[in-house]
Amino acid sequence: MLWGVVQFPGSCDERDALHACELSGEARLIWHEERDLDGVDAVVVPGGFSYGDYLRAGAIARFSPAMEAVAEFAAEGGPVLGICNGFQVLCEAGLLPGALLLNESMRFVCRQVELVTEGLSPPEGGESFHERLSIPAKHGEGRYWAPEEMLDAIEADGQVAFRYAPGQNPNGSARDIAGVRNAAGNVLGLMPHPEHAVDAMTGSTDGLRVFEAVAGSPA
Amino acid sequence: MTPAAADAGVDGGPSLTPPPSTGAEQPAEYEVLGLTKAEYLLICEKLGREPNGVELAMFSLLWSEHCAYKHSRKLLRRLPTEGERVVMGPGENAGAVDIGKGYAIAFKVESHNHPSAVEPFQGAATGVGGILRDVFALGARPIAILDSLRFGELDSVRSRHLLDGAVRGIGHYGNSIGVPNVGGEIYFEAPYEHNCLVNAMCVGIARQAEMVRAAAAGIGNAVVLMGASTGRDGIGGASVLASAELGDGDDAKRPTVQIGDPFEESKVLECCLELLGKGLLVSLQDLGAAGLTSSASEMASAGGVGIDLDVTRVPLREADMEPFEIMVSESQERMLAVVDPAKVGEVIAVCEKWQTGAAEIGAITGSGLVRVLRGEEVVGEMPVEALVDGCPLYDLSPAEPEGWIYGNRATLDPGASGEETLLALLASPSVASKRWAFEQYDSIVGSRTARRPESADAAVLAIPEADRAIAVSIDGNGRRVACDPYAGTVEAVLECAQNLACAGAEPLGLTNCLNFGNPEKPVPAWQLDRAVSALADTCEALGVPVVGGNVSLYNEGPEGPIYPTPVVGMVGELPDPALAAPSAFAHEGDAIALLGPFEPSPAGSELAKQRGELDAGLPQPDVAAVAAACTAVRKAVRAGVLASAHDVSDGGLACALAEAAIGAGIGCQVDLQHLRERGCSPEEALFGEGSGGFVISGEREKLEALAGDGVAVIPLGKVGGDAIDVAAGDRSLTVPLAAAASAWHSLTV
Repeated sequence: MLWGVVQFPGSCDERDALHACELSGEARLIWHEERDLDGVDAVVVPGGFSYGDYLRAGAIARFSPAMEAVAEFAAEGGPVLGICNGFQVLCEAGLLPGALLLNESMRFVCRQVELVTEGLSPPEGGESFHERLSIPAKHGEGRYWAPEEMLDAIEADGQVAFRYAPGQNPNGSARDIAGVRNAAGNVLGLMPHPEHAVDAMTGSTDGLRVFEAVAGSPA
Repeated sequence: MTPAAADAGVDGGPSLTPPPSTGAEQPAEYEVLGLTKAEYLLICEKLGREPNGVELAMFSLLWSEHCAYKHSRKLLRRLPTEGERVVMGPGENAGAVDIGKGYAIAFKVESHNHPSAVEPFQGAATGVGGILRDVFALGARPIAILDSLRFGELDSVRSRHLLDGAVRGIGHYGNSIGVPNVGGEIYFEAPYEHNCLVNAMCVGIARQAEMVRAAAAGIGNAVVLMGASTGRDGIGGASVLASAELGDGDDAKRPTVQIGDPFEESKVLECCLELLGKGLLVSLQDLGAAGLTSSASEMASAGGVGIDLDVTRVPLREADMEPFEIMVSESQERMLAVVDPAKVGEVIAVCEKWQTGAAEIGAITGSGLVRVLRGEEVVGEMPVEALVDGCPLYDLSPAEPEGWIYGNRATLDPGASGEETLLALLASPSVASKRWAFEQYDSIVGSRTARRPESADAAVLAIPEADRAIAVSIDGNGRRVACDPYAGTVEAVLECAQNLACAGAEPLGLTNCLNFGNPEKPVPAWQLDRAVSALADTCEALGVPVVGGNVSLYNEGPEGPIYPTPVVGMVGELPDPALAAPSAFAHEGDAIALLGPFEPSPAGSELAKQRGELDAGLPQPDVAAVAAACTAVRKAVRAGVLASAHDVSDGGLACALAEAAIGAGIGCQVDLQHLRERGCSPEEALFGEGSGGFVISGEREKLEALAGDGVAVIPLGKVGGDAIDVAAGDRSLTVPLAAAASAWHSLTV
């Protein structure tokens, strides 16, 4: 399994994502100017402040050469995981439904949150549909938003992948949605940071499940 | 700072009295720029003529307190700066200590007080930006930020505005650049109402083989300016803002506050680390206070060379900038590098990759001069020695004040019950949880944060490169230093050492930021003198070298000086991050004990403040006994004997117990009988403060076995229940855990 982690100027969590990917395979950085993904099996669009998040979070990064390649890769069914800023980039690129707005508190928030999964491909030997994961969230613009009809539609289609557990929504996201997938199921985005939950030393290992699920998602 | 400073030859010479007023005439330009007449005459003597406008602007900045340390440099010579593990000491962009396997930990704390008092968001943000540059200028990747903040009382609208802006600014810069903010402290005291303090500390990791010094070298080498373009922001910041008291009309100083762009800095950071990793730079220095003027002059001074700079080659934001403006601009996110001419092309290519600016603006010369050129025309020419080391160093005229000079304001009825008192102390913004603030900071990026804010007494970061971990703490209680500048400063160092001990860490080095009032006045001068002596003596006694620091003087408002506030940042090492003990209790049924030479006193305490009973004087801490207690705790933590360890600090033992209980979500039953038998009144035992106390929990026999070798262990009680239950004679108290937690979590703007 070869992971590619996209690096934009202003990315912050790309090394953390690289490290998390290396726990389940090999991984390399993809510089934002690269158009050729060169045989990677899955792509992570990491957290941070790509291009300073100027204009709007993710709005500039979506036009980068690397993102053009990621869009083609996704269209061919390649697994893509967007984390935090990466989720914002994927929404801006139209690869995922909805948008991320400024937190309801109008402040950045960094906090361990409980997530409930929906329809994540099951763990090896398991079959749980709803799992509870403890993963940190840290963002200023993480309030998931979409028009009501779209929210109804993505819920009906099983495109909600993660919700904040009751009472855990840190940003005012619509219907407690923390992460969504595309209709085909191969593109996944979430605001909390699974790459920061892969080692008990730093707080939790629940994020490994997210990488495992992406690795096993339909190709 | 260079050793040659000692040879300025005019120490104590010029009078501190301002030059005679010229009557109704306009003050001379040098006065407007903050120089005294004697200093101006000395500049004329050194140049052999009067300086022109460019030269005067440059001298006024480099001869400001902020750059020349002219009122503090003599005192700072007292500090111990050497040790086996010191890789870089004072005089470099930051200090650094050896962490093993060829790696070093670089760190420094610096103030950005006056800019933050004028515009808190940008002031605090660029404070973080500046300290980050100091650390990566050595070739170290920043891995942590800590901050130490002081504001007026939170019931003031101004203080809430400053707090909110500073916290947002620190978060904005640190979050955006991807360096975790892992710890810090905030105090609220009336003397900071007008003049808040924003001190930021950065910790970085470097391969020792790739580290560079700031000294320029190699005559004929190119000088390359990297990063952002140069604009009119921050002109005169070092002299106008940092080296004068604040007062009316501060809004008009807003153009002297710099504007930060963390995205630019993130690119410059990655670019510099790549350049250093490839061995493309001879030396590197950040542009901070006094911009190009200080960077170029200090690099030349440290290398014993001259430097030519052509202002027409500096990329500008506005085309019509004057040479003096270009030389003194404090535009952020810029670095100055010395490069072998054959490698300039490669350097510029790396800068282009990172989409950041790079321009060859000058050359290293053997002239011993700083020459400012506009194309072919020489617009300024000054000996490096005169600029950097020529400023007179002043002796202070300290005088101890008679008694307590800061006033008192009672907010708590002395007749309040034990329960009411504990809740009032826990809800004090200075004692309360700082969760409101630290949740606005990314504390985990980088995957090193093994102990997040408030989970342990010190921040703990994994250093897998060297197969170990570091613990970092930043401390300084200005109120206690105001009560007794010597004892209060000793306590600040000891508190850092105690916090590190709770994490199982052994100190490696210390950085400090000395925030004081106007050193030309006798009382702030006395406070500074006593504090530096205490810092020197305590570091000497603990064997902890001072590897860097910063001085911020003239912190005064219309009501007088701030509390004298030495802020101490300490870095220590431990073999494994997993060993660090949590602050909070861990298991129901564990025994609780008090370890160490804790002699609680009401003097200078949070309780004395709330009762309006502050007065001069503190008991003198027993440094050797506290050091022994730290060693005992460190060993116990490393041996895995302790389920929790938390030092007794603000609000005394009752607050330390409450914090350990709230963090765990489990109550405690404690009897202070043993402490009272040692002569403490119930109130002193509960709320008295002083150095040397640790609240530890674990198996009873193992805790008791820690006693000996001059270390006392007093049994206190056990973990359990859903209340903080403390028997202390007529002041016994029982506070439900939920009520205590609600008081402790009450801090917000």
